[in-house]
Amino acid sequence: MSARATRLAAFAVIAALAAAPFWASPFTITLLNYIGIYALVALGVVLLTGVAGLTSFGQAAFVGIGAYATAWLTTAAGASPWFGLAFAFVLTGLVATLLGAVTLRLGGHFLPLGTIAWGLSIYFLFGNMEALRGHNGIAGVPPISIGPLSLERTNAIYYLIWSVLAGATTLIANLLDSRAGRAIRSLRGGVVMVESLGISVFRIRLVTFVIAALLAGLSGWLYAHMERFVSPAPFDVRMGIQYLFMAILGGSGHILGAVVGAALLTMLTNALQDLLPHFARNGAQLEVIVFAVIYVLVLQFARGGVMPFVLRHLPRRVEPAVASAEPLQRRTMPKPGEPLLVVKSLGKRFGGLEAVSRVGFEVSAGEIVGLIGPNGAGKSTVFNLVTGALSVDAGAIFFLGHDITHAGQRRIAGAGIARTYQHVKLRTNMSLVDNVLLGTYLRTGAGFLRGALRLDRAEEARARAEALRQLERVGLGANPHEPAGNLPLGRQRILEVARALAADPALIMLDEPAAGLGRTEKGALADLMRAVRADGVTVLLVEHDMEFVMGLADRIVVMDFGSKLVEGTPATVRGDPRVQEAYLGSVA
Amino acid sequence: MTPDIALILGIDGIATGSIYVLVGLGLVLIFSVTRVVFVPFGDIVAFSALTLASMQLGRLPGTVYLVAVLAILACGVDAIHHLRRGRPDRIARGLLGYGVLPLIPAAAAWLFAGASLPAWAQIPLTIALVVPIAPLIERIALRPIADASVLLLLIVSVALTFGLSGLGLLFFGPEGFRTKPLTSEVFRFGTVAVTSQTLLMVATAVVFSLLLFLFFEHTLLGKALRATSVNRVGARIVGIRPASTATLAFLLASLLGATSGILIGPVTTLYYDSGFIIGLKAFVGAIIGGLVSYPGTAVGAILVGILESFASFWNSALKEVVVFSVLIPVLLLRSLSLPQADEEDAEIEA
Repeated sequence: MSARATRLAAFAVIAALAAAPFWASPFTITLLNYIGIYALVALGVVLLTGVAGLTSFGQAAFVGIGAYATAWLTTAAGASPWFGLAFAFVLTGLVATLLGAVTLRLGGHFLPLGTIAWGLSIYFLFGNMEALRGHNGIAGVPPISIGPLSLERTNAIYYLIWSVLAGATTLIANLLDSRAGRAIRSLRGGVVMVESLGISVFRIRLVTFVIAALLAGLSGWLYAHMERFVSPAPFDVRMGIQYLFMAILGGSGHILGAVVGAALLTMLTNALQDLLPHFARNGAQLEVIVFAVIYVLVLQFARGGVMPFVLRHLPRRVEPAVASAEPLQRRTMPKPGEPLLVVKSLGKRFGGLEAVSRVGFEVSAGEIVGLIGPNGAGKSTVFNLVTGALSVDAGAIFFLGHDITHAGQRRIAGAGIARTYQHVKLRTNMSLVDNVLLGTYLRTGAGFLRGALRLDRAEEARARAEALRQLERVGLGANPHEPAGNLPLGRQRILEVARALAADPALIMLDEPAAGLGRTEKGALADLMRAVRADGVTVLLVEHDMEFVMGLADRIVVMDFGSKLVEGTPATVRGDPRVQEAYLGSVA
Repeated sequence: MTPDIALILGIDGIATGSIYVLVGLGLVLIFSVTRVVFVPFGDIVAFSALTLASMQLGRLPGTVYLVAVLAILACGVDAIHHLRRGRPDRIARGLLGYGVLPLIPAAAAWLFAGASLPAWAQIPLTIALVVPIAPLIERIALRPIADASVLLLLIVSVALTFGLSGLGLLFFGPEGFRTKPLTSEVFRFGTVAVTSQTLLMVATAVVFSLLLFLFFEHTLLGKALRATSVNRVGARIVGIRPASTATLAFLLASLLGATSGILIGPVTTLYYDSGFIIGLKAFVGAIIGGLVSYPGTAVGAILVGILESFASFWNSALKEVVVFSVLIPVLLLRSLSLPQADEEDAEIEA
């Protein structure tokens, strides 16, 4: 489909939805209302599960909290539904913050199991609280009114539901295309790299979790005032599971997947409820069997849901050209020769293995220092200790005079150390430029709200210009919008160098940057390192390619069996018999 | 609360906890060998009790149809798998294993339906009928994605709970049943009365735990299962077929599940969907044990039973809230005590 046809189709859909009360039957409008209400919850699930990789089966409980909050306040206290909305937000936000704070540190399958548990807890609580009238539910919830206009009729609340959905979708789309959104997108696939960029994984997870809960609470508010009645049944954990599957069915990797999934599931339920009673006694309830079959098949054969099939027929988004923007602020670099990194008697044990033992060395500002040694010598462990990826057992590390021994990855990143990894840690489904933009996280400041409201555009343009500049600089400027996973491994390492440079570090630590590169590419990398040094950045690198490291480094530290063997200029190190023995075995 | 009441509640809790021990051990067995968090496992318990109840009423248990449907599906999936691999010669073996074998007890039940079987025959027949359900489900829905992430397997198994609760309604109907008591003696220890049913529940849990321990420690098959749970790739290299260990794990676990159903049937009225909650309570116990430790699971499951018993004395309506809420502090402790693994698989899309 051409871009023009897509725009026309999108316009037609929006026009049809806007005019729905004039052409559709009241029953269709009711269905659309449900679709909108479910899609709001599913939107949160897409954000939480599809984007951030946190699976929740418990979203129905937040819908319930929102619905009960407003139902109770508007009936028991006779408050306006708008106060009910505020109360719903506050209550869902509080409960989500509390639950998130307790469970979001859990990895893997414990978090989803936890969500089932609190989903059930909250559901049983609704059914057993006297103030909420137990299983009888709360009746007589007033309709919402905007000024003199009452939204009591199905057609009237239809406009509110779909405006809210459109607004929420826009805000979430904006958010994902911002600094905070990139942080959310980076959560899937290992947290060490994310923390090393200065991003607090826990905080990003928590805020994402609360946003998803607020969307569910908002949906509950709309539900309560549409149905005018609230009882525990629709907030059962089984409904929570359905919300997750709506997102998966529609396509959990894409925002519109929420709407598509909600629509598919609602229409399918409706069709099955008409059809199944013809086949079996308890037919109406048997739709779950059909759903189970569909879910299992989707999970086996089309894990991306419906959206990827739709997107395949849409034109690719045209990335806007970057207007020239003021460059990002740079840090003041230490004066050349000043002591930058001081490592004293560093030690690390893994069980019985002493991986690093009493290693000490210094790096002065403006130097290029190579850290070499045979496989298993402990070089990468030293990197991990210095950057805080591993905790230090013994010794101390000072950076620019400050003790960073136990500072943690984020503070170390903030102090001005950026790094690359021996085993590349990129987000392969994100574009090159987005990967490099992750590096600018600490140099920029826009938060969730500014991102969602598009108040971050000036800063975003500056960051983007910086990322593109770094991509140019390392020689990857040709296709900045292609996914990082398309690059060959050697170039992925170079992309990591660009990401590290985008952080404007005082010290850049490179773990085998030349592995997998051809001869000319190695030459270009060495030139780049010299240019980086000329910029005032100090370079510490682990490398196996002797020709590369000897030609580049001012000084070399040799490690063997977890200890420092020799330190000196390339020439002295090359001539040292101990080094020759470590690499080649004893001559004698 | 007097000490007497506390004692009674404690004993009651240990009895309920014994059921959770059996179910929890089954869950851990399945998880450690196949990495599947088998959420629908509780349904096996409920189906077992409902099957026995049908037999006691002289009806044909719905399980017969359930097993038949699953067997046909499993045979189909298995045959397609072999055809795609270009090995049609293996189809016959699949038909035997997934078709004929599970249908033998079903056929027996079908033949004897109406004729009132003696009680000693009903229980083994019930177990034989129920045991194939989980392995068949494994073949149909889980084996094709056996190498997927733990998370994906979990989501599929959650989807399966929908399917099983639907099939349960279809084949068992919406009515609740309670089976006849297995024994009805009462022993008095001072002021406290203990029913033989309670003793039976506790004794069964102890015996099965012991058998499981002996199986893992002293048989080659048990060691193969342990090897698979420690390292799947390594187990494959030394010639242990993951598919057979998975089937074995599901079979053994089902045996535990079916037995729990027989034990819980006389104590509680069960419905087609009661298994969901039973399974999840056993999960709370298993998670206390970290989903990996058998003794930890047993202790956790007993704790859940006791907690439930005391909570229902305090406020019977809120006992579920208490039991499921206790998981949150447990998870908190777990998250604080365990170092966070890095490259966790958080993928839904492949």
